[in-house]
Amino acid sequence: MLLVKKYLALTYLVTLFFLPEVAKFIPFSKNTTVQIQFEHTVYNDVLKLDTAKYFNAVGQPFSITKFKYYIGNIILQNSNGTSYRHRKYYLINEEDEMSKSITLHDIPASDYTGMSITIGIDSIDNCNGVQSGALDPVHGMFWSWNSGYIFLKLEGTSAECSTPMQFFEYHIGGFTADNNCIRTTSLQFVKPAKLKTKTRLSIILETAVDKILNKPNSIDFSVLPTITDRKNAKLMADNYKDVFTVKELRYEGR
Amino acid sequence: MKAGKVMITISVMAVLNVCAASFVNEHILLPSKKLKLEIPSEFPKPYYLFYNNSISLEKFNLGKKLFYDPILSSDSSTSCASCHHPAEAFADRGHPLSEGVGHRLGIRNTPSLQNLIWKDNLMWDGGINHIEFQPLSPLTNKDEMNENLENLLIKLRRNPEYKAMFKSAFEDTVINSEMTLKSISIFLGLLISANSDYDKYVRKEKSFSQEQQRGLNLFINKCSHCHTPPLFTNNTFELNGLPYACNTLDSGRARITGAPQDYYKFKVPSLRNVSVTSPWMHDGRFNTLESVLDHYADLPSSTTSGNPGLQSIGPISNDDKKDIIEFLKTLTDTVFLQDQRFTMDHELLKKN
Ligand code: HEC
Ligand code: HEC
Repeated sequence: MLLVKKYLALTYLVTLFFLPEVAKFIPFSKNTTVQIQFEHTVYNDVLKLDTAKYFNAVGQPFSITKFKYYIGNIILQNSNGTSYRHRKYYLINEEDEMSKSITLHDIPASDYTGMSITIGIDSIDNCNGVQSGALDPVHGMFWSWNSGYIFLKLEGTSAECSTPMQFFEYHIGGFTADNNCIRTTSLQFVKPAKLKTKTRLSIILETAVDKILNKPNSIDFSVLPTITDRKNAKLMADNYKDVFTVKELRYEGR
Repeated sequence: MKAGKVMITISVMAVLNVCAASFVNEHILLPSKKLKLEIPSEFPKPYYLFYNNSISLEKFNLGKKLFYDPILSSDSSTSCASCHHPAEAFADRGHPLSEGVGHRLGIRNTPSLQNLIWKDNLMWDGGINHIEFQPLSPLTNKDEMNENLENLLIKLRRNPEYKAMFKSAFEDTVINSEMTLKSISIFLGLLISANSDYDKYVRKEKSFSQEQQRGLNLFINKCSHCHTPPLFTNNTFELNGLPYACNTLDSGRARITGAPQDYYKFKVPSLRNVSVTSPWMHDGRFNTLESVLDHYADLPSSTTSGNPGLQSIGPISNDDKKDIIEFLKTLTDTVFLQDQRFTMDHELLKKN
C-alpha cells in the first residue's frame, strides 16, 4: 500500500518535471488527516433517541428509536478544479458514537473549496456478492429476500401510526434505474479548507434528521407508516438528498 | 481480462481426489472422485465463476457441513437439507409448500438445487441477485430457519469443530459472514447436473426409444421456448397459464420489481430431474406430471393470447402427453442424485 503511494508520488514528480502541462492530478501527502464528524440533529437540536418528542411538518408527534445510514464516495474539491475521491463506504449509526467520526489519512495537501458525500451503495457493490467490513450483511442493512443494501434506516414511534406498537419504519434503498435511491449532497466551504502536511482537518457535518421526514416530501405517519421495500423509497431519498450541511471546519497541528 | 484467467485456473486448481469412508463401522474406500468445476461441454458460460471465492476442498467441506447442520436455525431443528434433499435433486418431495421451524409453512414450493451458477438470479421471483447472498434468505425467513446472522456467527464461533474448519478453509482465526456465505456458495455452486440419459443421448453415448425421441421432438416444438435446453430454462419470468393461487397470494416477480407487467410471473424452472421433484409449480399444486401436461393441453385462449411461448404449445394429444412425460424422465440424472460428494452419508471429503 505504502509502496503504491510512493510510486504514485514518484510518478507525479517525474511528470511534474518533464510534462508539466499534464500534471493535473494531486499527489498523496503524508501525515495529513481529514476527519469527518457527523452530528445528528432534529430541528437544530442534538438528536436524542427514544425519549425526545418531536413534531413533523404536519404536526404529528414522534420519537426516533433508530437512525443509521451508509455514506460513501466522499469527494474533496480543490480550487483548481481537481478533486480527491475516497471510495470507501461507512455505516454511520446514531447508537454507535465511534461510527459518527470517520478518519481519512494521507489526503493530498491542498486548498479545498468544497466536498460532496453520497448516501447509498452503488450498483456494483449491490450485486457482486458478499463483502466484509462496512458492507457485511451482519449489520442488518441488507434485504435478504430482495438482494440489495438498505441505505438508510429511520425508525421510531408516533401516535399517528396505525401499525402494531405505533411503530414507523423507513428502510430506504434501491440501486436500479427505476428506483435509484443513491443521493449526493454537494457542499461548498465558506472559506477554503487548507490542508497541509502534519495537519488534521476536521469537517463537522450536520445531518438534519427532520429534513428526511419533511422536505420536500412531507411524510404523514398515518398514511405512510412504513417503507420497507423499494416502493415509495424515492420519496425519502429525495428528502435525504441535501441532508448534510457544513457546520464547522477545525484545524489541529498547524 | 480477469475472466479468462480465472477460467483457466479453476480447472487446474481444484483437481482434488477424494477418499471417503463409510459412516457405518467398516471403512469402505470409495473410488476416488474429483472435486472441481467442470463446465459441461454443451453448457454456456456460468454467471458465477467463483471470483474472490476460489474452490478448495476445505471450503467445500465447510459449506457442506453448514448445509446439513440444523445449528443454522433458531431452534436447531432445521437445516438447509431439511427442505433440500439430495436424492430429490435437493427439492422436497411430497411438500407443496416448504416447512420450516415450528412446522411453519412458507408460501412456495422448494425448488431443486442444481446448475445454480448458470442463474443470473435465484428464487421463484428472482429476488436474489447473487449466489453468495442466497443463504441469507432461508436463514432469516421466519417460516424457514428464523435465525439471524449475528446469532449464527456467535454459535459458530463457540463451536470447536467449526473453529478448526474455518481456520483450515480460510487460514484465519476469525469466523465471519463472508466466510460462512462463501463456503456455502462453494457447495451450492458445485451442484452440477449434466449426466442424464438426455445428456448421454446428446453426447451420442445412448440412444432414445421411439417414445422418448418423439417426446423430445414434441418438447422442442412446444416447450423449449421457455424450458430451453441445455439448462431447460431460459432464465426469464413467464406466465405459464396457471390460475392465481388464492392460498398464497403470491404476486411473483412483481414482489421484487413492483412492475405491473410482472404480476404473477414466475421464474421458468429448469426441468432437469423434474420427475423426482413432485409436487410441481411455485405452490406445488400439481402432484403428477400428467396433471402438468393436462394443464398445458387445456390452456384457455385468454392465457395464450399475447404470450408467444404459450402459443407455441398448440394442441397436445393423449399420446403426446405420454411421450413428453417419457422424455421428461430422461432428464433424471441418477449420478447426480446419488453423488456421495454431496450427501452426508459419509465423512467429509478428504484429500488422498
Ligand atoms: C424451510 C425450507 C427451506 C430451508 C430450510 C431452506 N430452503 Fe432453500 N428454498 C426453499 C424454498 C421454498 C425456496 C424457493 C423460495 C422462493 O422462491 O421464494 C428455496 C430456494 C432456494 C434456492 C434458490 C434456487 C433457485 O433455483 O432459484 C437456493 C440456492 C436455496 N434455496 C438454498 C438453500 C440453502 C443454502 C439453505 C440453508 C442455508 C436453504 N436453502 C434452506 C426452502 C428452504
Ligand atoms: C411461456 C413459457 C412456458 C412454456 C411454453 C412452458 N412452460 Fe412449463 N413452466 C413455465 C413457468 C413460468 C413455470 C413455473 C410456473 C409457476 O410455478 O407458476 C413452468 C413450470 C413447469 C413445470 C413444473 C416444474 C417444477 O419444478 O415445478 C413443468 C413440469 C413444466 N413447466 C413443463 C412444461 C412442458 C412439458 C411444457 C410444454 C408442453 C411447458 N412446460 C411449456 C413456463 C413455460
